[in-house]
Amino acid sequence: MVGCGRVGSALAKRLHSAGWEVAAVDETEEALERLGEKWPGELHIGHGMDTAVLEAAGIASADLVLVATDGDNTNLVVAQIAKERYHVPKVAVRVHDPARAAFYSNRGFDVVSPTTIAIEALAELALGREPS
Amino acid sequence: MSFILVVGGGQVGKNVVRTMLELGHETVLLEQRRDRYLVLDEEFGHRVRFGDATELSVLESAGIKRPADIVVAVTGDDEDNIVICQLAKERYGVAKVVARVNDPRNQAHFELLGVGPTVSATEMVMALVQHEMPQHELVHLVNLSHENLEIVEVEVAEGSPAAGKRVEQLRLPETARLISVVREGNAEIAVGSTELRAGDQVLAILEPGREAEVRRLLVGAGKR
Repeated sequence: MVGCGRVGSALAKRLHSAGWEVAAVDETEEALERLGEKWPGELHIGHGMDTAVLEAAGIASADLVLVATDGDNTNLVVAQIAKERYHVPKVAVRVHDPARAAFYSNRGFDVVSPTTIAIEALAELALGREPS
Repeated sequence: MSFILVVGGGQVGKNVVRTMLELGHETVLLEQRRDRYLVLDEEFGHRVRFGDATELSVLESAGIKRPADIVVAVTGDDEDNIVICQLAKERYGVAKVVARVNDPRNQAHFELLGVGPTVSATEMVMALVQHEMPQHELVHLVNLSHENLEIVEVEVAEGSPAAGKRVEQLRLPETARLISVVREGNAEIAVGSTELRAGDQVLAILEPGREAEVRRLLVGAGKR
């Protein structure tokens, strides 16, 4: 799990409860607060583009890499590194900007755009009502 | 006249734009920091635009779709430079990109993702520092990655197999050539009859991966 903010920490905890062995990577120690003091998994402090950090976290043998730092471009580069350099079988990445998410959507990893999801969900709620 | 798009208005980007404008090229500069943009606006006027160049709409309003002849990505963020170049080449068909590498550890990522040629100030400073060290073995001076060649500097070591030999007597690999020899501050072009001595600074052009052979010939195994 690269990027351990609100989304990353929640994902890390959920995956751990589901039985995954989880290694988290984040730039700051504050990630530990979000993971909780009893976080039983690994936490590696460092930048997601630093291969030394990624390798310490075990990327070379990872089954799945999820990327959700707060930077779209960082996420896109880390996802490509995971796929192209380490050949991780499954890679999924969060990208806020829908345009960039679309451009990178056919490169062998999954791109999730929360912005698009919010637009769709809200539009559905609104359009489900008759205009008054 | 070319149309050049420069992204990142720091010292590097600003000076690239100045030079390109002096050479008569149509140039647009993109800067995403408001405070910087306002200062740049005073100097460059309509040639500088405010915005995040990893947003497609910003690139398009700067004219990337014409397409630009060259995109120069010289922001302080390597991930931004990579994404800008990928968008330029793969989405907008820009033929040439030049990217700045801020952290040399990210160089491999640029290469992995096919973004280049790249320029790294840190690497250049490191090469110069090594070049100035009194004793150095082999220093990379220039990487011509598109041509798959590089230029290195090697110091002929005391007791090396090359000391006392002429260039034509060296068993250099096919894909390596000596360019010049500097001895006591005087440089001369290396030709077949040039005799090498310990302490000579030799410039060589070679295919990447041939450094070990060239090092073995000019430095030898004796001294590290």
